[in-house]
Amino acid sequence: MLRYKTKNDEVITPKTFLKPTLYLLPFMIGVLIFTVYPFFNAILISFKEDFRVMTDEFSGYGLGNYAHILSDSTFISSIYNTIIYVVVVVSISLIISLFIAVMLNNIKRLQGLYQTAYFMPIVTSSAAIGLVWRWIFNYDYGILNYILSIFGQDAINWLNNPKYSLVCLCIYGIWSMLPMTIILLLSGLQNIDPQYYTAAKVDGAKSKDIFTNITVPLLAPTIGLVAIINMISAFKVFEGLYVLFGGKPGPAYNLYTVIFYLYDQFYTKFKVGYAAASAIILFLIILVFTVLQNKIQKKYDYY
Amino acid sequence: MKRQEYIKNIVLYSLLTIGGIFMIFPFFWMIVTSLKTAAESNHVPPTIFPAEPIIENYFKALDIAPFGTYFMNSVMVTVCCVAITMFTTILAAYAFSKLKFPGRDKLFFLLLSMMMIPFEMLIITNYTTIVDWGLYDNLLALIIPFTSSIFYTYILRNFFMSIPDSLYYSAKVDGASDWQFLWEVMVPMAKTSLVTIGLLNAITCWNSFLWSILVIKSQGNRTLPFGLFAFTNEAGIHYELLMAGATIVVIPMIILFLFCRKSIVTGVSRGGLKG
Repeated sequence: MLRYKTKNDEVITPKTFLKPTLYLLPFMIGVLIFTVYPFFNAILISFKEDFRVMTDEFSGYGLGNYAHILSDSTFISSIYNTIIYVVVVVSISLIISLFIAVMLNNIKRLQGLYQTAYFMPIVTSSAAIGLVWRWIFNYDYGILNYILSIFGQDAINWLNNPKYSLVCLCIYGIWSMLPMTIILLLSGLQNIDPQYYTAAKVDGAKSKDIFTNITVPLLAPTIGLVAIINMISAFKVFEGLYVLFGGKPGPAYNLYTVIFYLYDQFYTKFKVGYAAASAIILFLIILVFTVLQNKIQKKYDYY
Repeated sequence: MKRQEYIKNIVLYSLLTIGGIFMIFPFFWMIVTSLKTAAESNHVPPTIFPAEPIIENYFKALDIAPFGTYFMNSVMVTVCCVAITMFTTILAAYAFSKLKFPGRDKLFFLLLSMMMIPFEMLIITNYTTIVDWGLYDNLLALIIPFTSSIFYTYILRNFFMSIPDSLYYSAKVDGASDWQFLWEVMVPMAKTSLVTIGLLNAITCWNSFLWSILVIKSQGNRTLPFGLFAFTNEAGIHYELLMAGATIVVIPMIILFLFCRKSIVTGVSRGGLKG
């Protein structure tokens, strides 16, 4: 009855592969056509000079696309904007999330209610929520300017003044990054051995000292991991930006990010080679962070 | 000591409440604005609750843009995506956990390493593929590229691995085929994992935006997020209408979240830790 023998007396025949192939086929077709092939093709395209996607013509292989985008001030500013966004959004959301996660971990009642409030944004579409933030940031009738006016501040033209567009994007970015960050930190906190806290309490340690001397050091690997995960996702900022400024990268085309640049070169300007080269640069940046993430995960044995 | 505990709790709950209000404020403001008249939504100072809640904005929004069609498109795309993905995931996870063939684990780890490829890098070629296949501006373009997920297969394979092989062999002795064993024993046991995967997949499909603005053109084929974005041009700057539209897009997912919060949160936390 057994079609497959145990490892020791395994005989490899074409038949050995028949059943696994059938089971894997539907899955592998999708992976090969829509992940593996486009991945290698993007690398290839990035080296094709003067590539035209419609006719499939190109003049030869070379580094022309890379040379072009690296000397394109828009691409350089997109890298610059993305890095500022990543640093600001990841650090601020991490600090806020740390406090919220510790507090959520310390309450006994109404946990479900608070978790619902804090985690809800993870299910919502950026198309809808970006629009809501546009309304909040509205110059004339937005609630944010109204709140500022209570404190005697002048109204700020959040979305139309290029000076503030990065601020808007960061506020939106922090808000949308919080739930995920809190969830990950909270699960890290729940993995800390309660013995540490019991011991600290017996010794009469204060909450502040428990936080700085027990919680933070023991949570450090999780914090590092979450920071890297968030950096990877922040590097790919696009949808929020697109919706906040109505399809433009900022009111004066001042807020290009790497993905927006990629999208713009590919979809608006049909410069597929430039788009591919920027995609490879993005991939390399993400690769560095992913390798770091895997190192931390292995070292501290997460999953 | 007891008094101290009491004060600590008050501080804790107040801070959490303030933070929680900040988090849900955009949702609250969206719904409240959608229930106000045009005049009231632009009133300074703004009213927190509408003086007289109205639902006309929803009818007006439906008049301007076919949200009903968008809704049906979104439902169709999401259902098809989830159904097909579940099918391919179950079969692949089974092959990677219970079937034995040379190079199985090597192939699996090779696939895992592909999870770090950002989807944005793939759109260039996938777009061309979709156009070549004649699927541009077709709902199938939103389904076909998303029928295989390495990440979901990874989650399910891990669960399948935890089911002891002895069960597999005894089913074999009883004369069950692999196919029967998979669908009658493994799948029912993996119900929790499958629900988590299905929910995550449904949320991702429902909210997918970048890809739909690339491959969908005509109004009749838009899904909700794209339809809502186009609506900002169609409705002009009438925020009470825009908020009604946004509510239509967000509400189904919020309902899903309220009912399945635990599975979604578990799934998301695993998704964050994927390597």
